[in-house]
Amino acid sequence: MALFIGKRMAFLVVMLFGLLIITFLISHVAPGDPASLAAGPDAPPEMVEHIRHEFGLDRPLPVQLGLYVMGILHGNLGQSVRTGHSVLQDLGDFFPATFELVTVSMLIAVVLGIPLGMLSALKQNSWFDHAARIASVSGVAVPMFWLGLMLQLGFALYLGWLPLSGRLGIMSAPPDPVTHLYLIDSLLAGQWDVFKDALAHIILPAVSLCFPALASIIRVNRAEMIEALGQDYIVNARAQGIGTFRTVAIYALKNAFLPTLAMIGLRYGWMLGGTVLVETVFDWPGIGLYATQSAIAQDFQPIMGVTLLIGVNFMVANLLVDLAYLWLDPRTRQAA
Amino acid sequence: MKTASPEIALAAPAPESWRERHASSIRQSRLYWRTYRRNVSAMVGLVLVVIFLLLSLIGPWIVPYPADATGAVHMAEKLLPPSSAHWFGTDEVGNDILTRVLIGTRLSLEIAIIITGVATIVGVPLGILAGYSGGWTREIIMRVTDVCLSVPALVLAIAIVAALGIGIVNAIVALSLVWWPGYVRLVESKTLSLKGEAYVDAARLAGASTARILFSHILPNCLSPILVKASMDMGMAILAAAALGFIGLGAQPPTPEWGAMISIGRNYLPTWWWYATFPGLAIYLTVLGFNLMGDGLRDVFDPKSRGR
Repeated sequence: MALFIGKRMAFLVVMLFGLLIITFLISHVAPGDPASLAAGPDAPPEMVEHIRHEFGLDRPLPVQLGLYVMGILHGNLGQSVRTGHSVLQDLGDFFPATFELVTVSMLIAVVLGIPLGMLSALKQNSWFDHAARIASVSGVAVPMFWLGLMLQLGFALYLGWLPLSGRLGIMSAPPDPVTHLYLIDSLLAGQWDVFKDALAHIILPAVSLCFPALASIIRVNRAEMIEALGQDYIVNARAQGIGTFRTVAIYALKNAFLPTLAMIGLRYGWMLGGTVLVETVFDWPGIGLYATQSAIAQDFQPIMGVTLLIGVNFMVANLLVDLAYLWLDPRTRQAA
Repeated sequence: MKTASPEIALAAPAPESWRERHASSIRQSRLYWRTYRRNVSAMVGLVLVVIFLLLSLIGPWIVPYPADATGAVHMAEKLLPPSSAHWFGTDEVGNDILTRVLIGTRLSLEIAIIITGVATIVGVPLGILAGYSGGWTREIIMRVTDVCLSVPALVLAIAIVAALGIGIVNAIVALSLVWWPGYVRLVESKTLSLKGEAYVDAARLAGASTARILFSHILPNCLSPILVKASMDMGMAILAAAALGFIGLGAQPPTPEWGAMISIGRNYLPTWWWYATFPGLAIYLTVLGFNLMGDGLRDVFDPKSRGR
């Protein structure tokens, strides 16, 4: 087991290095001048030359790669021309908002997806099953940014039930930063009003973001439940007179859950990609909005920083899923 | 197996007609079609795809106001609600939104075909090579694939567009560059499982070259999962291109691209709701069509997945 974890960590390091090579290739080898990209659109020629020399962009590519990797290992992700801060500082400021959004969205997808997948499996080929299938195919097909706009139109502008955009209303001051997640910090500080305000603000973006994950979770959980329900131990449990709820929700779900968990890990990474769109629609101050605003302003370094951060998150999420597998499934523990 | 047909053709005395030579494939396709036809959602998908393909072909001839697609200005008719003259209403410079959505169909489908096409042309050979050769070649190809798959395609595409410069051509280049890894993984696992089949061994023993084994024995058997994935990816590529247009990194106005139209239309919500609504509906229906079609194809080619 220790050997497995060790191998898995070594693999993670190789993957991280691969990711650095990709961002290096995009930023240093792409046609267009990396020095002027780094300096921003309106930089004078002297400044571009200065940056070229400072970053070693006039040296051979392998040397540049070495400098680049060393720089990033020391936390140097460059400067944002637009905000005037270091990219590392900006990412630290904006990431908690994205993390909060993605977590709430994933919670919605899991809480809805697992029961829906279970019910679809139990009532296979019923109208409920078909409705769930159509809903999940639609959930993948609908453009996330457009769904967000339509939800804004319906629930914020027309019905007026929920706020239009942002993370908090103008009447609420952000709670004292402990975790930097407003939902948790406001509870820690006992500020009930701020909590309700933050919750109202997060609902629409989280719902817009959750559909692709929701669709996958329904699909995987349904297929796995159908498989599990056909197994001998379920027939046995039924024959012994154990209630339907206990058989399905405990015995079968336990076995159907692992592949669903793998899907959750995979989808977490994709969801981070989706924040680029949803945060743009809802003015949610996270790394997705940071990336798009930087891209429009042709501010290059922040985009590479966001790409790295999302890649690292995805890899760590998959590592956690693998470890959870080890913990939850004794069979994989023996194999490892 | 299809590969047996040349030998049979040699043995037969008279040259056969095309229909006779391909009798087994024709029978197989008929069976596929019968299975596909019974699936309601797959047929809905096919109908949607055919409608949008037709619209993209004849669009320029049937649109009510052809000049509006290229950025004409009629300020007197700006932001009119849907009516019999303008079914989808008009935009902020008086252009007919129906016209722009219809013309946008061709653009979106072209983009999707380029992206999916490049992805298959790059990804499939790499996948076969990795699956068949094993060893270091496989290790290198698969690790590069893993790394590329660890960043969502959209994010990587944004990074590449930022390096190349904003615009529709660079958006297509960026999406094409990031789309292939999925095919490598799909084809690699399929090739690995086919490699051990008896007919592949038989071909090797009969002295077939590696290239022949790959192209006439393994590739044809990988085609159905590739087709399923390509159908799904047509939809996903349309979504990704529209997303880049929406953020402002892809097509620029007045190009009638769906994502770019929504990006401007959102500034006119909620009063002029039709502006952002109809291009979004067009994206949704096209992508839904390709997804349902892909789902239906999977059920046909892989009976085990049916009803899943």
